[in-house]
Amino acid sequence: MIFQRNLGEHAAALRAGEYSSVELTQHYLERISRYDRRLNSFITLCADQALAQAAAADTLLATDAAQTMPLLGIPFAHKDLFCTQGLRTSSGSKMLDTFISPYDATVVEKLAQAGMVMLGKTNMDEFAMGSSNETSFYGPVRNPWQTERVPGGSSGGSAAAVAARLVPAATGTDTGGSIRQPAALCGITGLKPTYGSVSRYGMIAFASSLDQAGPMAPAAADCAQLLQAMAGFDARDSTSLQREVPDYSATLHTPLNGVRIGLPKEYFGEGLESGVALQVEAALKLLVAAGATLVDISLPNTALAVPAYYVVAPAECSSNLSRMDGVRFGHRCKNPVDLEDLYKRSRGEGFGAEVKRRIMIGTYVLSAGYYDAYYLKAQRVRQLICDDFRHAFTMVDVIAGPTSPTTAFKLGDKADDPVTMYLSDIYTIAANLAGLPGISLPAGFSDGLPVGLQLVGNYFSEGQLLQLGHQLQQQSDWHLQLPEEYLAWQ
Amino acid sequence: MAVTAWEVVIGCEIHVQLATQSKIFSGAATAFGAAPNTQACAVDLGLPGVLPVLNGEAVRLAVKFGLAIDAHIEPHAVFARKNYFYPDLPKGYQISQLERPIVGAGHVDILLEEGVRKRIGITRAHLEEDAGKSLHEDFHGMTGIDLNRAGTPLLEIVSEPDLRSAAEAAAYMRKIHQLVRYLGISDGNMQEGSFRCDANVSVRPLGQAELGTRAEIKNINSFRFVEQAVNYEVERQIALLESGGRVVQETRLYDPDRGETRSMRSKEEANDYRYFPDPDLLPLAIDANFIEAVRATLPELPEARCQRFIQELGLLEYDANTLTASRPLADYFEAVCAAAKCDAKLCANWVMGTLSAALNRDAISVESSPVSAEALAELLRRIADHTISGKIAKQVFDLMWQGEGRADAIIADRGLQQITDNSALEAMIATTIDAYPQQRDEYRAGKEKLFGFFVGQVMKQTKGQANPALVNEILTIKLKG
Repeated sequence: MIFQRNLGEHAAALRAGEYSSVELTQHYLERISRYDRRLNSFITLCADQALAQAAAADTLLATDAAQTMPLLGIPFAHKDLFCTQGLRTSSGSKMLDTFISPYDATVVEKLAQAGMVMLGKTNMDEFAMGSSNETSFYGPVRNPWQTERVPGGSSGGSAAAVAARLVPAATGTDTGGSIRQPAALCGITGLKPTYGSVSRYGMIAFASSLDQAGPMAPAAADCAQLLQAMAGFDARDSTSLQREVPDYSATLHTPLNGVRIGLPKEYFGEGLESGVALQVEAALKLLVAAGATLVDISLPNTALAVPAYYVVAPAECSSNLSRMDGVRFGHRCKNPVDLEDLYKRSRGEGFGAEVKRRIMIGTYVLSAGYYDAYYLKAQRVRQLICDDFRHAFTMVDVIAGPTSPTTAFKLGDKADDPVTMYLSDIYTIAANLAGLPGISLPAGFSDGLPVGLQLVGNYFSEGQLLQLGHQLQQQSDWHLQLPEEYLAWQ
Repeated sequence: MAVTAWEVVIGCEIHVQLATQSKIFSGAATAFGAAPNTQACAVDLGLPGVLPVLNGEAVRLAVKFGLAIDAHIEPHAVFARKNYFYPDLPKGYQISQLERPIVGAGHVDILLEEGVRKRIGITRAHLEEDAGKSLHEDFHGMTGIDLNRAGTPLLEIVSEPDLRSAAEAAAYMRKIHQLVRYLGISDGNMQEGSFRCDANVSVRPLGQAELGTRAEIKNINSFRFVEQAVNYEVERQIALLESGGRVVQETRLYDPDRGETRSMRSKEEANDYRYFPDPDLLPLAIDANFIEAVRATLPELPEARCQRFIQELGLLEYDANTLTASRPLADYFEAVCAAAKCDAKLCANWVMGTLSAALNRDAISVESSPVSAEALAELLRRIADHTISGKIAKQVFDLMWQGEGRADAIIADRGLQQITDNSALEAMIATTIDAYPQQRDEYRAGKEKLFGFFVGQVMKQTKGQANPALVNEILTIKLKG
């Protein structure tokens, strides 16, 4: 089936003339129109633009240029917080429902230069704040595996679209687990790179010191290819790393002999569903069979990660979202009587409840008299968490555990309980606080719902994380599975 | 309690617009006077997703200032967000500095009227971006926003509360203005807002250690206004205290038309700016190599230049101070000296006197003087070599100012050279004496005052071109008979 092919197979078929990029694009657009009414994984589609890009790709495919463009002509989707010139960029918010970006994000530019065909913009939690995709102004995304369940968030649209093979790959962003958690809950592979690897220019900021874009696709090998096109130094982002981009696919086939995997005891304790634990163990066994060894370790400050995160991230977001003021772009209330009214009603109407909650928390923790007790203390906790990892990486190469303590929960289950919702990111948040790369890999199913194995590596170890993922995926077919109903239309 | 004397305490915050080509965090141009919103790019507009990138030139100019005031340069300067909502502040926060400003403690010396030097401490100087402008006229009840100025680099220079009078505050403001112009880090244009001062003013009973409650007077854009505003504010505060009232901490505005300060907002209404380090900008690492490279570009500073003028050129301190008040004037003076190769005092007198008077009269800056330093030097050489007298030289200067040409050409064309031919002068003087026999006889009879009468007659005859020393000499001999 065409839609079950990975990026490498599409590239080969496009070059062999089995189908054109236009045909491939039409194929996926058809799948979207067939299946997405239920999933709601897209906010905006751009079929005409996509077909024009595909036609241009077909012309290029016939030339020598195609040899250095492995992703040329392959469709994909962007999370709707990457600014796309001339196309609505909503960040899942009513506030930006009318915002047409006048410029392209660096990642958008890079994937366009790679010749990829953008089909549209995927749904997400409002301003990337959420773990279930229920905070989107455009309605929740549904999990293809069981549509009464959430896909995870905030990159839930990208995860669901890839899981249902409405696109062969998509971009996501990860501030506290927003790539890895939905990847786990939807049964695909998602990678959050080392902070600074992928430019943040043109990514609508949630929490600047934590945000990082990354690839989402069925397999680790796909993620390696997509990341290759996304990563690289960008002079427009001052936190971008001036470092040569390695060949992320170079070590995919290297055996795992001698790779030490650390298992923090804190990641296997209270709150972890037994079905998830079983599948994680099963996946780890396969890695051991492939040559890796397991080492028990401890990350003693793990419990502090969620509270520290929910100070730092809201603090930054409260400031980042101040520009949404109804003055220059985005939602403006009707007939403001004065400036204060303009601000209060524009923001009151434009932002959803979760965004308002975080703006209020962030404003509070930065206020005079509270700054030291909250913000500065959280920054010190952040340092402790970095120290935990630094110490661990003297003993092991990567750290493994579940991506999420549970499988996908039902829509509405946690929507009224923010603290329980926040705890669903308990295993993913520490990597953001430390700026480390992390990957979520399909690790089978518990009661018919996908389970994710998370690996966190040292700085710049994306190649190794992808290698472990690829080696696992040589021993398993979890990443190749998709729900029955999405196989119907070929 | 009757207080006999009050002490005035003033500290200043001066905002200096740095002379960079582009903005502090974007590539947009900083030129003044463009059509609204034509010099604001996506970053200046604060669009979703944009990020700031620090302009290295702004850093260089700030470090240059730091070195000139002998300050500590922070090796890990931190940028912070100052959060508040206003329509001309596109991001809802201003990127500024709170902890670890780029320039730490330093100092400048100001010269007081009695010729006394006073050292004024500078607490810090930090980099920040300017906001845009709100335009309240011409929009029929709406407000227009021009974001051309948004993101323009500013250096905010904060003084210690070391100033003790309005005159000292004005002298300090002049000093900083002189310094930034010398350093070439700002055009210092006060009409265009490139240089503006906030003054924190308080009073306390003389001898009291703790400071009084202060009021901050915002956005003063002239040396004259700072003096007027502080004087008004001091009198207001003293009157308030002496009548049993108390000063409230607040922000005030100076209205130059009415000559008074007015309350703008009280401390209670002040914003909580929720400063925190800007996560979009990493701490700025400034190493010793960079600092030394900037140091190598420092020009001779006004104090050093003034001392050199006194010691090497033999000028009086007052003259040296006047000539070094601005770099263009000092440059002009030095160019005159170099080209004229004559007495520096003569050069100084002409630059401070005739030239400055003409510049002031026609409101022309020394940089665009119609008489160049070389041209003036040529004229001064002709005084020095006695081709013309100082009096004739002023006529020649006026012609040069009107664009009539160079000094030598004017002197030659109009025959203005001094008469130095002895025999011609002797003959003419003899004729003149004979023409006034009565005065000659009275002089010879002892009325020596009449000598001046004869000098005047000779000068009249020669249209002032006779060498005065020669005229004296010949007249003395001839009148004796």
